[in-house]
Amino acid sequence: MSRTRSLPTVRTDLLRQVGGRNDPLSRVSRVSDWPRVRLHVVTGKGGTGKSTVAAGLALGLASRGKDVLLCEVEGRQGIARMFDVDPLPYAERRIATGLRSDGPADDTAGVVHALHIDAEAALMEYLAMYYRLGRAGRALDRFGVIEFATTIAPGVRDVLLTGKVYEAVQRNSRNKGAREYDAVVLDAPPTGRISQFLNVSDELAGLAKVGPVKHQADTMMTLFRSPRTAIHFVTVLEEMPVQETADGIAQVRAAGLPVGGVVVNLVRPRDLRVKDLATARKGELDRAAISSDLTAARVDVSNGLVDGLLGEARDHAVRRALEDGQRKLVKDLGLPTYELPRLAQGVDLGGLYELAACLRDGGMA
Amino acid sequence: MTRSHPRVGPLASRATSREALDVDALLDDRRTGIIVCCGSGGVGKTTTSAALALRAAERGRKVVVLTIDPARRLAQSMGIAALDNTPRPVAGVRGSADHGGSLDAMMLDMKRTFDEVVESQATPEKARQILENPFYVALSSSFAGTQEYMAMEKLGQLRRDAAAAGTYDLIVVDTPPSRSALDFLDAPERLSSFLDGRLVRMLLAPARGPARLMTAGFGLVTGALSRILGGQFLVDLQTFVAALDTVFGGFRARAQQTYALLQAPGTAFLVVAAPENDALREAAYFVERLGEDRMPLAGLVVNRASPAALGSLSADEAMGASARLRREADSPTAALTAGLLRLHADRERTVEREAALRERFAAAHPTVATAVVPALAGDVHDLEGLRRIGELLAQQ
Repeated sequence: MSRTRSLPTVRTDLLRQVGGRNDPLSRVSRVSDWPRVRLHVVTGKGGTGKSTVAAGLALGLASRGKDVLLCEVEGRQGIARMFDVDPLPYAERRIATGLRSDGPADDTAGVVHALHIDAEAALMEYLAMYYRLGRAGRALDRFGVIEFATTIAPGVRDVLLTGKVYEAVQRNSRNKGAREYDAVVLDAPPTGRISQFLNVSDELAGLAKVGPVKHQADTMMTLFRSPRTAIHFVTVLEEMPVQETADGIAQVRAAGLPVGGVVVNLVRPRDLRVKDLATARKGELDRAAISSDLTAARVDVSNGLVDGLLGEARDHAVRRALEDGQRKLVKDLGLPTYELPRLAQGVDLGGLYELAACLRDGGMA
Repeated sequence: MTRSHPRVGPLASRATSREALDVDALLDDRRTGIIVCCGSGGVGKTTTSAALALRAAERGRKVVVLTIDPARRLAQSMGIAALDNTPRPVAGVRGSADHGGSLDAMMLDMKRTFDEVVESQATPEKARQILENPFYVALSSSFAGTQEYMAMEKLGQLRRDAAAAGTYDLIVVDTPPSRSALDFLDAPERLSSFLDGRLVRMLLAPARGPARLMTAGFGLVTGALSRILGGQFLVDLQTFVAALDTVFGGFRARAQQTYALLQAPGTAFLVVAAPENDALREAAYFVERLGEDRMPLAGLVVNRASPAALGSLSADEAMGASARLRREADSPTAALTAGLLRLHADRERTVEREAALRERFAAAHPTVATAVVPALAGDVHDLEGLRRIGELLAQQ
């Protein structure tokens, strides 16, 4: 499919749900919190929506006029599904183009390309680029070395995947014909594996002690450990993901890798005020007053309906209290935090644009 | 992942009322010896397997549950916070004095399990050589698939021990948190096909005698490898493969045995999903794959479903009423009531979306019995919570 998606102008109507601020627009960030970052690594526990956040971040960055590459490495074709395009090959494909915005200041519209990084293809490309192996290269394939290297040989798979990402970030005018990007967003492996995934020199240390691969891994580490990289963690306000985020941050720090921000995804709408929440939790909301409000709003009031609403309010209040406890833990991590709303209808392309706007206005992009 | 398997389904089907999964019948059936909970990451497999195990124990079964990565507080409440790769009795199981039911739990330590396999197969000296080899270290601690294989290995061990000593009559297995649910079935095959592979055979050839001369092609390969990775790499690899070959003579046989065990009638697979597109898609692939491999599927568990709301107010009506209240009403509770209506609308929309997803799944897989577990307001981190989940699983 050659069509690409056009980015709409920013929507802010969802901001009522994010943080319950009185005047959300006053908090819209005009600048990014990560101006120097070229490589955004997005990780998170399974089920927290890290692929969605990575895509949203790429769109958010592009909406600031940047050219962005969005990479996936886990072979799931999640990007193709999210953007509703054909499965991605091992090649950079344009998947979204910004509409020309009205302001004269940002008249260049950003573009998002996507790349599905496949370890076998990356290895063949790598060999062709650096070694010109010729007959030996084909022999490697014939003897199952390619398969071996990409599936069994410890660390090699990760080095190949991260190596391609590194190459995309480091491109400059000397790489003829290759597209240069302002930022690369990596939809990375989950939290439990992230420090191992990026810590390629250590992973290879036991295997390739010398030789060009070892040297290249060391060069990659220099980028990954520099302020040009930021590792962002996606979580939801539940006990286990928050705990795993804290553990992941500690591991990433221990490996000398730069921690970015925390994205709190799937935040429940804040339609009730704090004092009402406490009352709702105790099951003491004023039933008669609510009934009369409903009648005033021309709703057919039945006991079942009011019971239902009060029950929902109570459930919601209990969850909100749990969320607040977890939110405090997230806050104690002391990192920039960005909240994204739970979209009742799931995330489609429109939802993705809305999340992108939230990330951008929150200052992540 | 792009899959090469064709889809398997009824080809023409209408969404009819789905069959309910009878969890208690499954647990009470003495022929059920193994329950495997599988599904993609983050859908609540660990909680589901622990809840099933507890319910079975409290209904009189002698149960052991093998968990992979439980939440810390849940692990603590089950007494398995220390990771020592051995089943430990769980305190607080109800009624064990009356019916003799019991529950043991363990957390899988994949490296420890792998080490034990090596130690049990090799002489102490040979074992040490393997355990120190860098390829082994990496393979046993980070190879994607080792965890799946070791879960199977541990399952095989538990099964043998249980059969010998009569300690357990039901084993509940949680599967590793992989992106794709199929990894659990594919990993052992991947590991053994590697050991069967041409590269390994070539590397072993010199060790097996002078008659097998290295071919020219092989020289090219080793030359290229040395150039890229350094000479030591090849030496380490060769040592590793040679050592592995002697130790894992029965490797494939074991993998096949465990696979056969999974196909046996005493095994029941439960596919676990959340009411989300991705999770149900993985569940669909898993269901189809189990069918192809003739593995016994007991049913689908859909966790964390949004509970349906009482009353018959639709999302649109609720949003409309909420807007009218904001605009017109001036009672002190108007904002609260408008908030309640918006909450209701959100809930209705979520319930509708989830129901539609489940219906689509049922249309494509009409014979899969399903249990829908509503989301609890709080986290599950003690036996009481597991008991509650068990009840919800059984109330279909």
